[in-house]
Amino acid sequence: MAINWFKYSSPASFYFLAGKMIPLFSIAAIVLGAAGLYIGFFVAPTDFQQGEAYRIIFIHVPAAWLSMFLYVIMAIWSGIGLAFNTRLSSMVATAIAPTGAMFTFLALWTGALWGKPMWGTWWVWDARLTSELILLFLYIGFMSLQAAIDDPRRADKAGAMIALVGVVNIPIIYFSVKWWNTLHQGATVSLTQSPKMATTMLTGMLIMSLACWMYAIAVILIRTRAIILERERHTAWVGELQLQGATR
Amino acid sequence: MFFWIIRRDLLLAMRRRSDVLTTLFFFIIVVSLFPLGVGPEMNMLRTMAPGVVWVAALLASMLSLGRMFASDHLDGTLEQMLLSPQSLSMLVLGKALAHWLVTGVPLVLMAPVLGIQYDLTGEALLVLTVSLLLGTPVLSLIGAIGAALTLGLRGGGVLVSLLVLPLYIPVLIFGAGAVEASAAGLGAGAHMSLLGAFLLASVVLAPWTAGASLRISME
Repeated sequence: MAINWFKYSSPASFYFLAGKMIPLFSIAAIVLGAAGLYIGFFVAPTDFQQGEAYRIIFIHVPAAWLSMFLYVIMAIWSGIGLAFNTRLSSMVATAIAPTGAMFTFLALWTGALWGKPMWGTWWVWDARLTSELILLFLYIGFMSLQAAIDDPRRADKAGAMIALVGVVNIPIIYFSVKWWNTLHQGATVSLTQSPKMATTMLTGMLIMSLACWMYAIAVILIRTRAIILERERHTAWVGELQLQGATR
Repeated sequence: MFFWIIRRDLLLAMRRRSDVLTTLFFFIIVVSLFPLGVGPEMNMLRTMAPGVVWVAALLASMLSLGRMFASDHLDGTLEQMLLSPQSLSMLVLGKALAHWLVTGVPLVLMAPVLGIQYDLTGEALLVLTVSLLLGTPVLSLIGAIGAALTLGLRGGGVLVSLLVLPLYIPVLIFGAGAVEASAAGLGAGAHMSLLGAFLLASVVLAPWTAGASLRISME
């Protein structure tokens, strides 16, 4: 039996699908978050070099991963919206931006908290820190451009353009900053090598990443629903929703 | 079409010479403010000079971006240009090149004089000027995208800085880095090659992107 995926590219049907999916992802986020935090605080051993302070990686690393993934996903949805002129893709891209910016900020903030005891300073002008900061600027640029445009269709397309330009630039910025200055440790986890850290630590970190993913998806769906309602407020089905007084 | 646009924009700029001079004097003032802020210690100024000149060039080039499309948009010329059967990319390339000739070239010519104020050696001055010569067109080309996207928006001037400055970062790093590398005896060749690569990539990609952005803004 073939599923008609395009059915859900209509904001009206996606609205109800998202409504059903939000509780699932929220529960998954809470359960995984609780499990991840438990492993992080009680099961994972104390690091012999860094003491207890290393435990911040359980939120720092997932936040940093998500900050980058979300930008790419945002750019992909923007590109789809621009190419196929689908309203929903642009709405999802708009909904992703604040969450992405939040995770970028979180990665910078927890990084500063970790840096103070480890490097003895809140901030260094290092390649990774700087490129993460620039990523935050790109998110802010995207959001403020969309906020400045009143016409939603133009806002979608202009935002998509700047997101795509940003995604082309991110590798360039990343490498230019990397050659410019580097202190941050290299990646500890990679797909090609065996992990260079204790298994429990890795498990905790991966579970926390999943929790962050679930949280991000839930929040993005909620925000997409709000954007759909706002944009489609003149349509018949939103009017019916209002009459029913139902939120779901 | 291409040369016609350049000629027309240069002609318009020459008739309003104060606009061109304002950008140039902004550049000079920003560069001159730094010694007042950080003190006249010559050794420090010498190491700071490339970064200061480059940041000032970034700001000066960005401030004048608003003029690239705004006046044509206001009097309806831009709409006619979009309707014409000519290639939109060539039009944008022409406008970006005219913007560079009006704002970038004076900065490049002025930079050695400002470099002398910062006690740079002759070789460093040469590298700084060449790096600006390669880098400032990239600024105009990337800036064209930002100018096209923010066309006719309220607060467009501040917004364009948020959009464009993060994208300028690689040019800044390698532009200022070229002078430092040559001062350290490493030679500026690698940095210059990368700046040249940015220039080629932006000549190919930026006019096309800015053209698409113009279409979005003019819908």
